[in-house]
Amino acid sequence: MGNHAITTSTGAVAGFYSVRRHPGILAWIFSTDHKRIGILYLASMLSFFLVGMTLGFLMRLELIAPGKQIVEAQTYNAMFTLHGVIMIFLFVIPGLAASFGNFMLPLQIGAADVAFPRLNLFSWWLFMTGAALAVVAMFTGGGPPDTGWTFYAPYSIRTGTNVVLAAFAVFVLGFSSILTGLNFLTTVHRLRAPGMTWFRMPLFVWSLYATAWIQVLATPVVGINLLLIIAERLFGIGVFDPAKGGDPILYQHLFWIYSHPAVYIMILPAMGVISEIMPTFARRTIFGYKFIAASSIAIASVGSLVWGHHMFVSGQSYAAGTIFSLLTMLVAIPSAIKVFNWVATMYKGSIVFETPMLYAMSFIFLFSIGGLSGMMIGVLSFDVHVHDTYFIVGHFHYVIFGGMGMAFFGALHYWFPKMFGRMYLRKPAKIAWALILVGFNVLYMPFFVLGWEGMPRRYYDYLPQYHTPHLIATIGSWILVSGILLMLGNLVRSLYRGEPAPANPWGGTTLEWSVPSPPPLENFEEIPHVDRGPYDHEGVGSK
Amino acid sequence: VNAISGLTVERHRDYVGAKMGMWVFLFTELLLFGGMFILYAVYRTVHPEDFHYAAQELNTVVGTLNTLILLTSSLTMALSIAAMGAARKKASILLLVLTIALGLWFLVNKYFEWGAKFEHGLYPNSEFLLQHSKGEILFFGLYFTMTGLHGLHVIVGVAILTVVAFKMAGRPDESVEFGEDGISKLEGGRMAVLDGSGRPVWTGGPIDDSVEKVSIRTKYRPVQRRIRREDFAVLENAGLYWHLVDIIWIFLFPLFYLIT
Repeated sequence: MGNHAITTSTGAVAGFYSVRRHPGILAWIFSTDHKRIGILYLASMLSFFLVGMTLGFLMRLELIAPGKQIVEAQTYNAMFTLHGVIMIFLFVIPGLAASFGNFMLPLQIGAADVAFPRLNLFSWWLFMTGAALAVVAMFTGGGPPDTGWTFYAPYSIRTGTNVVLAAFAVFVLGFSSILTGLNFLTTVHRLRAPGMTWFRMPLFVWSLYATAWIQVLATPVVGINLLLIIAERLFGIGVFDPAKGGDPILYQHLFWIYSHPAVYIMILPAMGVISEIMPTFARRTIFGYKFIAASSIAIASVGSLVWGHHMFVSGQSYAAGTIFSLLTMLVAIPSAIKVFNWVATMYKGSIVFETPMLYAMSFIFLFSIGGLSGMMIGVLSFDVHVHDTYFIVGHFHYVIFGGMGMAFFGALHYWFPKMFGRMYLRKPAKIAWALILVGFNVLYMPFFVLGWEGMPRRYYDYLPQYHTPHLIATIGSWILVSGILLMLGNLVRSLYRGEPAPANPWGGTTLEWSVPSPPPLENFEEIPHVDRGPYDHEGVGSK
Repeated sequence: VNAISGLTVERHRDYVGAKMGMWVFLFTELLLFGGMFILYAVYRTVHPEDFHYAAQELNTVVGTLNTLILLTSSLTMALSIAAMGAARKKASILLLVLTIALGLWFLVNKYFEWGAKFEHGLYPNSEFLLQHSKGEILFFGLYFTMTGLHGLHVIVGVAILTVVAFKMAGRPDESVEFGEDGISKLEGGRMAVLDGSGRPVWTGGPIDDSVEKVSIRTKYRPVQRRIRREDFAVLENAGLYWHLVDIIWIFLFPLFYLIT
């Protein structure tokens, strides 16, 4: 096994940053290089994340005590809508796939770029167009949309706010997501290096592949749904308007047919990242490779059949509710397979507690809480009690922020040296991680209590009996935000002043670590020939 | 091969990949329309009689004509691709232009058809329509949305075909030529096309002084600025899109016009 050690060329190969086809910023926004596009996504998404975070922070501040604190009720409605739209559509859904996926997918399968580089750039432009439209929607028309990110009919048909533009913005974002999905699908099918068989692909690639299928299959449905909302508002076609015979429940069906699979668009790449980080820092191969790979596909498939669990109290039949409840339970199986395999990977490994590993471990902890609370609300009888309460808000923040968010931060710390060719300061990174983990739990754990006791979500005001948990949560938000700011500050500082990073600072075994940091324009001097599995640590030896 | 800042970047040409991407895209289009077909199915199940009466308002003659037009355009599209496959560029472009013309004809018919409906006050949210039953309101809501979105796809399809036609017309044929310098070698000879055993299948006239150039048009060789395999993929993909537009209409036509 010793003959296929990763060889790292640290010679005088110029990183891709030094190759510029256009001057200044144009070198970025007109580049078809997947690495530059990945970084474009990363930068734009982090900016949107900061906006969404600020909105969330202000909402928590408003809720620190009963009654009006800093904003009016209508402003609050607009704030939670924008917080949701920005976080979901501009950060979490493009998320790891568009940023790290773009950068790492060709590197990990030994390709020079994605299958359609120009389409890739076009996707980013569409993404930014959608984002710009969303911003314009905030300041024009009848004011920022106040429907929540779900645009439920018939309220979204009746409200005087600027729903048309916001819905169109989401449509454009969806189109961008579809194009990225089909690009990645074709890339995985066509551009794997010689010897890179399906079961030698890194698990991050597997998760991107599963994600791409969901993007391609589910997004068009929400696309048409939003177009219908627009047509409803502009022309009054009546398909979702009860006054004209339309059925708003159908809107909910079509919305969740996409938007439930969309949560797997959010979480699958995150699981892929964890599957990369775990073996690297446990210094051994992943446990149950094939099961993890297959469970990604299983989650993608079963996850497409569970949308009805969002509608337990919308008036669907008891039989439908029961079936959706059962199918929802099934998703827990492939998810648990992943969790057990990650834990088993650490067993008897020589674990190194670098920052990415800390994030990966907090992912497992937080995602388990999120997942298990998801099992609770997947139960029909229980969900009826906590539906539309803070319990739901707590659940999806644990899954999405605790899951996708932690994986995103983990990926940021794992691949930062590769992408930017610099190391960050380890100590502040770990302090930031601790603040984030503590702040996160102080912020979101009380949500479960609040929901259990009956606090409805999206309410501007609350009864005095809910004051204490709300106060604790708000304090948590301060800790969390300070942690995030410290983390980003450390990374931004390191962009300019960090030590130069070696090609393989963590002892990783996948192909991206075999090229210099940052990689050259063409990724590989020569397209590699792959003759081993992705996490073969024995072949690499200890660094 | 394209030189960028001293580095040579080999352009990636992947015929199979291009087709695969297009098929996946077409799948998303089907799902886009699928959402509306679901709505149609649900509302027709709820209001079968209203749909029956509402459908009588539609002009079956125009609908049938438009169906024939689109079917014919799919034929010309397929023939255009076949012509390109046989290295007959002119025929291919001609058939493509014919396809575009048929697409435009479809749109013109659609314009008059919709125009007549509007004249009768029959459009979404019109006072006249709102006096009708809920099923009829929904029928026309769906009719205008679905045929409207389909019409939008026809417009996009026509635009794509036009771009492809210009792209093809703008490039000379790929050919092997014996011009001024090479012709002397051939002078006095005779051109022949041989079969596998070397026997001539076809023999041309003698190459004498009157011949200035001998040219053989070849199939798709990857030469810059010439008709080549990628154009073939582009044409085929544009054709696939056009067939999609056609097939959606094949479903829309009976569901709206023929259910009375």
